[in-house]
Amino acid sequence: MKPAKFDYYRPKDVSEALSLLESSGFDGKIIAGGQSLVPIMNMRLATPECLIDINGLHDLNFIDSDDHTLKIGTMTRQSTVETSELVKKKCGLVTEAVAHIGHLQTRNRGTIGGSIVHADPSAELPLVLMALNGTLHISSEEETRSVNAEDFFLTFLTTDMMPNEMLTEIHLPIWKGRVGSSFQEVARRHGDFALVAAACQLELDAHDRISDIRLALGGVEAIPLLIEDAKELLAGEKVTDQAVQKIAELVAKSVEPESDLHASAAYRTQLAKVLTTRVLYQAYERAKG
Amino acid sequence: MSLTEVNVTINGKSYSEWVEPRMLLSDFIRESCGLTGTHVGCEHGVCGACTVSLDGSAVRSCLIFAVQADNREIKTVEGLASSGEMTTLQKNFVECHGLQCGFCTAGILMSITDFLEKNPQPSVKEIKETLSGHLCRCTGYDGIVKAVEKTVQDNNKEVLQRS
Ligand SMILES: Cc1cc2nc3c(=O)[nH]c(=O)nc-3n(C[C@@H](O)[C@H](O)[C@H](O)COP(=O)(O)OP(=O)(O)OC[C@H]3O[C@@H](n4cnc5c(N)ncnc54)[C@H](O)[C@@H]3O)c2cc1C
Repeated sequence: MKPAKFDYYRPKDVSEALSLLESSGFDGKIIAGGQSLVPIMNMRLATPECLIDINGLHDLNFIDSDDHTLKIGTMTRQSTVETSELVKKKCGLVTEAVAHIGHLQTRNRGTIGGSIVHADPSAELPLVLMALNGTLHISSEEETRSVNAEDFFLTFLTTDMMPNEMLTEIHLPIWKGRVGSSFQEVARRHGDFALVAAACQLELDAHDRISDIRLALGGVEAIPLLIEDAKELLAGEKVTDQAVQKIAELVAKSVEPESDLHASAAYRTQLAKVLTTRVLYQAYERAKG
Repeated sequence: MSLTEVNVTINGKSYSEWVEPRMLLSDFIRESCGLTGTHVGCEHGVCGACTVSLDGSAVRSCLIFAVQADNREIKTVEGLASSGEMTTLQKNFVECHGLQCGFCTAGILMSITDFLEKNPQPSVKEIKETLSGHLCRCTGYDGIVKAVEKTVQDNNKEVLQRS
């Protein structure tokens, strides 16, 4: 029995969960899939005094869309998202990314929301959320608010959420027209956290020129890094070797990864460059159809 | 902390025990229910030895608390064979020497059973990707991959015969 003792609550609905969060203050923690929380509890790096289990909140387990937005409830399992035809059709970048999260057995349990709130800088979902500037819907007993991904991630494992708040839904914009996307990562073994990952979505006009583009990298900074200049450099351009090279150089100059046990900073920088070129080419080819 | 009652069905049999909320499902299965076929390795979700099926899906039993399995259905490696007859997958593990030392085998069998149900015609790449969720320290997984590939072939033959 490895984790420290805790009180366990199984709220029946969102309002009960929020009131438990409010009353437990800094001692309470939500448990969703438990695939990040339980390992750190087993290692006693986290010793929450109170666990609020949201697995029974079936209202937060859904995938839905209208014309403009794909909506996913926070408790939706990663494996459900992975196999959803709706997600694939409306936002293929998510489908592609989710397959890289851990393994079959962890995706069966891990949730969309848990991965986003956990905010690991190498994690796939935070990167996709940044790449598409999705919106997070967050509730506490006092208020419900929404935050864009660009403002949500603060630093390693830290987001713009208070201990009394809960993520309920994520909303992703649906792009229309000639859209292509690509997600690529290099990990030491399939299912491991990425050393570096890249995500790109772009839209072409009738002449194969880029009309909109979002490019982001994971594993190179404390939060997913949006390459804001990509749009300025590529808008109105075709994806040529020259244009891609320009972005790759820009990326190599703008990232400042850290060295660790798994890879040196220089190797990560090189990966960032290579993966940038790969996602650009692939997204472009896919948009051309 | 007070104890909580947990009622589960494991391999078709009901179990009812009072446990602390911090008891991991893996410990519950082994210690409270005496089903020691499920093995415990790393206890942080990496090695895969403790994999069981929860309501039909393979999951790490070391990353779930026993209280969370209340009123749910679990299957462990002991529940694969029916009336003493091993499954095709189990037989092929024996035949292709996929068992090796046996410590991680229970978890692998549970994962692959779920995997083949959802994806009956996997490529070798997909088989290897799924096996990457398990750490086996014996060899290079060769016999294990062969056992899974053979099971896919055997299942195909069986489907053909039935149709
Ligand atoms: C072997 C292994 C490999 C993995 N590999 C990867 C990988 O390659 N890429 C990757 O991205 N992840 C990986 N993970 C982690 C992934 O599986 C987790 O699912 C994910 O990081 C957390 O989601 P969860 O639902 O399990 O959340 P939990 O572990 O339950 O929670 C994580 C954190 O989020 C909080 N939280 C959860 N839901 C909410 C909510 N709705 N509102 C407020 N707070 C909330 C919890 O309090 C906790 O702090 C791996 C895990 C394992 C065990």
